[in-house]
Amino acid sequence: MIEVIELSKHYGDKKAVNNVSFKAEDGEVLGFLGPNGAGKSTTMNILTGYISCTAGKALIDGVDILEDPIKAKQKIGYLPEIPPLYMDMTVKEYLYFIYDLKKCKLPKISHLKDICSLVKIEHVYNRVIKNLSKGYKQRVGLAQALVGNPKVLILDEPTVGLDPKQIIEIRTLIKKLGKNHTVILSSHILSEVQAVCDRIVVINEGRVVANDTEENLSHRLRGDNKLICKINGPRDSIIRAIQKIKGVDRVYCDAEHKNSICDLRIEAREGTEIRYELFERMAENKWTILELRSAEMSLEDIFLKLTMGETVPGFTGGEEEEAEE
Amino acid sequence: MGAVFRREVRSYFTSPIGYIFIAAFFAYSGIMFSVDSLNSGYTRLDTLFYSLLTIIIVLIPVLTMRTIAEEKRTRTDQCLLTAPVSLGGIVAGKFFAAFLIYAIAVSITAVMAVVVSAYGQPDWNVIVANILALLLVGGAFISIGILCSSFTENQVVAAVASFIALIAVSFMSIIGSLIPAVDEEKWYSGIFSGLRTVLEKLSFGERYYSFTYGVFDFSNVVFFISAIAAFLFLTVRVLEKRRWS
Repeated sequence: MIEVIELSKHYGDKKAVNNVSFKAEDGEVLGFLGPNGAGKSTTMNILTGYISCTAGKALIDGVDILEDPIKAKQKIGYLPEIPPLYMDMTVKEYLYFIYDLKKCKLPKISHLKDICSLVKIEHVYNRVIKNLSKGYKQRVGLAQALVGNPKVLILDEPTVGLDPKQIIEIRTLIKKLGKNHTVILSSHILSEVQAVCDRIVVINEGRVVANDTEENLSHRLRGDNKLICKINGPRDSIIRAIQKIKGVDRVYCDAEHKNSICDLRIEAREGTEIRYELFERMAENKWTILELRSAEMSLEDIFLKLTMGETVPGFTGGEEEEAEE
Repeated sequence: MGAVFRREVRSYFTSPIGYIFIAAFFAYSGIMFSVDSLNSGYTRLDTLFYSLLTIIIVLIPVLTMRTIAEEKRTRTDQCLLTAPVSLGGIVAGKFFAAFLIYAIAVSITAVMAVVVSAYGQPDWNVIVANILALLLVGGAFISIGILCSSFTENQVVAAVASFIALIAVSFMSIIGSLIPAVDEEKWYSGIFSGLRTVLEKLSFGERYYSFTYGVFDFSNVVFFISAIAAFLFLTVRVLEKRRWS
């Protein structure tokens, strides 16, 4: 449905978007994740035809946005970061205007009514937009994106500035919309992407640094064979004892605290279970295990590491990154 | 284009701009009409039309300053530029909306002509030509104003830039007259006189005033229509360029 091929956008020497490629299939909710200034909005603006790209292609349902912008734009509903609302209009007037602007063919009154009930703005339908709260303005922005029932919805940080209740409502709505539309959702909030999206593209400094489904990312990074523990006892003896356990590859001491407590990181061979034996050995020597957990990385850790340019253990980066290298 | 046109027309009347523009035009033209025609018993309206150029130079920047600058400032341009409409359609919609407001204001001159006809026999051909000329020069000024508005996000900057541009295009012949006359034997005398002629020919004021003198020159009509098309085209290019920069 959406195909982005080696897209680049340069502002002078600054590469806002650098060789970005990804795909979003029919009915997929794609999360576009990255810190502020990573190039998310620029990519979205290119996809919607608001700005052009320096190189590469963006295809919307097979139509190149630069070659046939009008046809491509007919397939897109766009909610920019700041909803493009005319503050002097009422919600009704505004949606009528958008309907006319998009040259929509659907029955006007019933179509707009459906949208309003979907985004829950029926009771503010006749109110002037400037008097609405931020949450309602965001909903009106979403409503204008839905006018004409476009196949593709591009939502740029749709929950920014909303209160927690509104955030949950908007997320639920996006999930619902994802059943009938292809949705690209940009965000710098991980939990949002995790909650809503089928696939995640992580972008940093204009480059794709990861592109996978949420489950795959977590799976690849689960780190079953790595343990983090805090043990009370003599450091060197503990390390020697652990090294004798079958299946242990390496043991690192990350920190040594007062009262002979040390933080250890244990790497075991793939598929081996060392926790039972570790417990027994420590118990034999009366060294107390104060903490024992697998070194699982949260999406947050991955994100921070990826966006700070560090390598992530067990993770090789996005396809594009690999191709580039 | 229709949707943009309707929204723009509506916005002129939901904000004070449309009312201020029309009221100021009515007030100024009313005063000039009283002084030049009613008080002096003069049935020709040439002095009225002559003086109206000054007020539209001042007022049209107010009418056009927000057309594109405000869209950029409030980011509503994202809504227009990502909708399946051409840039030409957007610019044309904005132009015709501003032109409609302007035409409403100008229509008062027809009322004045009717008033005058009660006291004497006005030359209707000249009056119609003058109204047409006022509409044409106003249309050209509006297109310049929209172009100036497309350069910035700040309405005040857009208004000041349009005002300066309108003065420049209106009184180019005055700038031309400042070029000194030199001895014909001097090698650059040809350049000087050529420059003077070009500035005179491009002067919106000169072309407009020829209508008020009662001269209907079709080339002037073509000139103003071409100017409208050229400045609207430039506006489209400015918007296009912004996407590519």
